[in-house]
Amino acid sequence: MALGLASGAVSLSLPDVGQGLFDTLVGESSNQNALIVGQIRLPRVLLAAVMGATLAISGAAMQGLFRNPLADPSLIGVTAGASLGAALVIVMGGSLLQGYIGLTLVSAGAFTGGVIAVLFVYHLATSPNGTSVATMLLAGIAITALSGAMGSLLEFFADNNMLRRISLWKMGGLDGANYPRLLLATVVGAALLLALPRYAKALNAMLLGESEARHLGIRVDTIKMALITWVAIGVGTSVALVGTIAFVGLVVPHMVRMLAGPDHRYLLPASALAGALLLVVADALARVLVAPTELPVGVITTIVGVPFFISLLRKRHQYGMQ
Amino acid sequence: MGLAGPNGSGKSSLLHLIAGDIESDSGQLIFDDRALHEWSTHERACHMAFLPQMSLLSFPYTVEEVVMLGRTPHSSGYQADRDVVEQALQLTDTATLRHRLYTQLSGGEKQRTQLARIFAQVCGEESLTGRLLLLDEPTSALDLAHQQQVLSAVRQLARRGCAVVLVIHDLNLAASIADQILVLNKGQQAALGRPKQVLTTELFKEVFTVDVTVSSHPTEGYPMITPHRLTC
Repeated sequence: MALGLASGAVSLSLPDVGQGLFDTLVGESSNQNALIVGQIRLPRVLLAAVMGATLAISGAAMQGLFRNPLADPSLIGVTAGASLGAALVIVMGGSLLQGYIGLTLVSAGAFTGGVIAVLFVYHLATSPNGTSVATMLLAGIAITALSGAMGSLLEFFADNNMLRRISLWKMGGLDGANYPRLLLATVVGAALLLALPRYAKALNAMLLGESEARHLGIRVDTIKMALITWVAIGVGTSVALVGTIAFVGLVVPHMVRMLAGPDHRYLLPASALAGALLLVVADALARVLVAPTELPVGVITTIVGVPFFISLLRKRHQYGMQ
Repeated sequence: MGLAGPNGSGKSSLLHLIAGDIESDSGQLIFDDRALHEWSTHERACHMAFLPQMSLLSFPYTVEEVVMLGRTPHSSGYQADRDVVEQALQLTDTATLRHRLYTQLSGGEKQRTQLARIFAQVCGEESLTGRLLLLDEPTSALDLAHQQQVLSAVRQLARRGCAVVLVIHDLNLAASIADQILVLNKGQQAALGRPKQVLTTELFKEVFTVDVTVSSHPTEGYPMITPHRLTC
């Protein structure tokens, strides 16, 4: 975190960061270091940590629920739905899209889009016999494809300015960080961090299979709905605030599972911690690699994540994965 | 009780009905003087355990962790759970595998691990009255020695008061272990009774459409079935 605060277009030494933090805390925010640290970098680094934790713990819960170590929170359609929601607001919003109000509107559009997509996927996969996770997976793919097509249609009718906004938004970034957004992210992130570990025991049993979990006394359908709701809220919020940041939800829980085993009592909190760390580091990289220009953080996580993920795929048998 | 019958005769369906995976269209299931649909998921889990034919587990739990999952419905405390798990590991000869990863076991070792998990789920107390084990082909992947060991463990639990229903295709094995055998055919009861009464040449002719000779085990006395070779 300290490194995250120190790195950026203006490189600060760690004592500078400490001084800046201190000045911010005592309300002395007129000097440059205090401005950079307190107003720009601190909310950004904290937002990165909270969103990284949210994405990673959501991913861990989804992988348990789908009994698939390669599942990703975006599988249930939340990311694609949110992208469509954001694109819709950007294209339709017109003159409303100025400054913070615009950003808030786009975020609200993204959150709504994400939640609607998940509701749709969940509804498609639910029959009187319960909700089938296999059907959810397929419905998620279908809804993702549909949202993608509708997004492309919107882009087709969008002008150059809108196109740039849409594509920047899709790449994901933490540059919109400020204290109100951080507060919202923290409320949602904290709720998730408190709520999801309560399902650890149930998730452990559900790895055996759904009917096996039911035979062990787990109310599978209730838990499935609760988990999907939490993940939709968590990932929906993260997409709304920082755009799509790929691979954190997929790679982090996978990596933690290899080190700490599949027991969700450890996996969930450890994933949250590792996710926070990864996103803080990725964001610091995004700011310094081609400084003073910033790279979109979603691009960094993907570029780092993909080779890592492929090497995991090739070595999974060594870790007992099938 | 041994549950036998041709493929598709409804053996597994009957177990799934009792376990609450499927609902019955008609009739009522009663367990311990109460209709089964009145039992909550948690109550059922505390009283009955079900070993399915196949396991979907593909995550790298250790054998010990899998067996520990059997204690999920109980809140008897960590130490008590550990003792029960230890007992279950011993009964299924999986104690030496305890730190191995489940995903790297052979088929028979996986089956014994799952069986240990099922044992751990019901074996909390000395008296097992009011407990029910549903085992769907528990010995299908086991070698001769482990078949004998596991079935003797099952008998031991039955002596402690646990009711056991097991689907088993090897009728010689069924005859050696079961007090009662229920033969199903096309979803209907074809025969029910002690192995000696049920396993007759007529039954095999009618239900399984095979000719067999039924003899007696030289030392134990239970019926032994030798099928006649088909002439092509």
